[in-house]
Amino acid sequence: MIALLLRDLRLAVRSGGGFGLGIAFFLILVVLVPFGVGPESAILARIAPGILWVGALLACLLSLDRIFALDFEDGSLDLLATAPVPMEGIVAVKALAHWLTTGLPLTIAAPFLAVLLSMPAEGMVWLVITLLLGTPALSFIGAFGAALTVGLKRGGLLLSLLVLPMYVPTLIFGAETLQRGINGLATTTPMLLLAGITAGAVALLPFAAAAALRINIR
Amino acid sequence: MELHVSDLACTRGGLLVLSGVSFDLAAGQAMLLRGPNGIGKTTLLRTLAGLQPALTGTISLDREAFAYAGHADGIKATLTVVENLRFWAKIYGTNDIDPAIEAFNLKGLTDRAAHNLSAGQKRRLGLARLLVSGRRIWALDEPTVSLDVASVQLFAQTIKTHCDAGGAALIATHIDLGFEAEVLDLTPYKAIATDASLDDAGFDEAFL
Repeated sequence: MIALLLRDLRLAVRSGGGFGLGIAFFLILVVLVPFGVGPESAILARIAPGILWVGALLACLLSLDRIFALDFEDGSLDLLATAPVPMEGIVAVKALAHWLTTGLPLTIAAPFLAVLLSMPAEGMVWLVITLLLGTPALSFIGAFGAALTVGLKRGGLLLSLLVLPMYVPTLIFGAETLQRGINGLATTTPMLLLAGITAGAVALLPFAAAAALRINIR
Repeated sequence: MELHVSDLACTRGGLLVLSGVSFDLAAGQAMLLRGPNGIGKTTLLRTLAGLQPALTGTISLDREAFAYAGHADGIKATLTVVENLRFWAKIYGTNDIDPAIEAFNLKGLTDRAAHNLSAGQKRRLGLARLLVSGRRIWALDEPTVSLDVASVQLFAQTIKTHCDAGGAALIATHIDLGFEAEVLDLTPYKAIATDASLDDAGFDEAFL
């Protein structure tokens, strides 16, 4: 299991692995927004939480199809399925590797990019907390979507259509917690719901994804 | 008995391809699967590997002793030869990859990234994975594709050593490997198209 995690991390940072792609996309998106809506910091500060969360979500989506598609193409997935590791474990480890190479870097980079959107300083802590709580759900839901579409040629678009609606609850509660944190309101309820979605996704979706994979590699 | 198959029927893409397949594979035995293209050699091996369910029949096999090698080698192009092998060694809980490197003559290539290997070298790396797995029963699907004559001999030698050590191998191949092995011709087991028996399953896999 650890070997699989290390392999996926190593593959991600080697050429063509896609590490940094999500971050670069996030950076470009955040830089483009002020060009679109104008440089007034009052407006930017108001929309910053939403922009940052939507940006993180889309950046996450970019690399989802690689989770299983590359292993499927070169035959590794068949061999892993016959190896003495449970399919559920493979899914969980690969989703974790995706989070470590996408969600975690996004979380770390977000406060720096938030400055570009003139987000108030008291929001930075909440930004990191909400992304840290929410992005694992994005990776695990995404792994489920990737498992459903793994055998399809150019399944990336279908994957986005499947996964984006499932991202909505995470987006709502993530952005809401952040907004409330900035405005000094009570954050407990949306934050608990955000954490609950993540916990549920991490606990249940590996089983669903493993079942989907078993059907797709037939 | 390492592998016992009786009255097995397999499907490929919802179509019945093989039915009534029965055979035994004992320890120390190598068996060659023969038959024209499309007869169902790959389907049979994938069914034995547990990648797809059998329609009917029984397979008695210790999956903890079974290793499968398909058409694709499962090699990661950006990892080196050693990194690829070490990964599989860790997955299978074995440690020693040197005998495998030795057996398939990969010594001079150990630090080369897999995308710089030739097709035959990649295949040798893929076959070396079987040795690394430490499993007793091997199922190989067209293992000699893109291998040169010397490498085929290397492969045949490896199979012989494996069988002499009490292992077993089931090999789907079209060429003569140059050693005594039992041959299982799948042609008599070709299923007569009986779509009706499958239609009532009521599941349209083409939907996705």
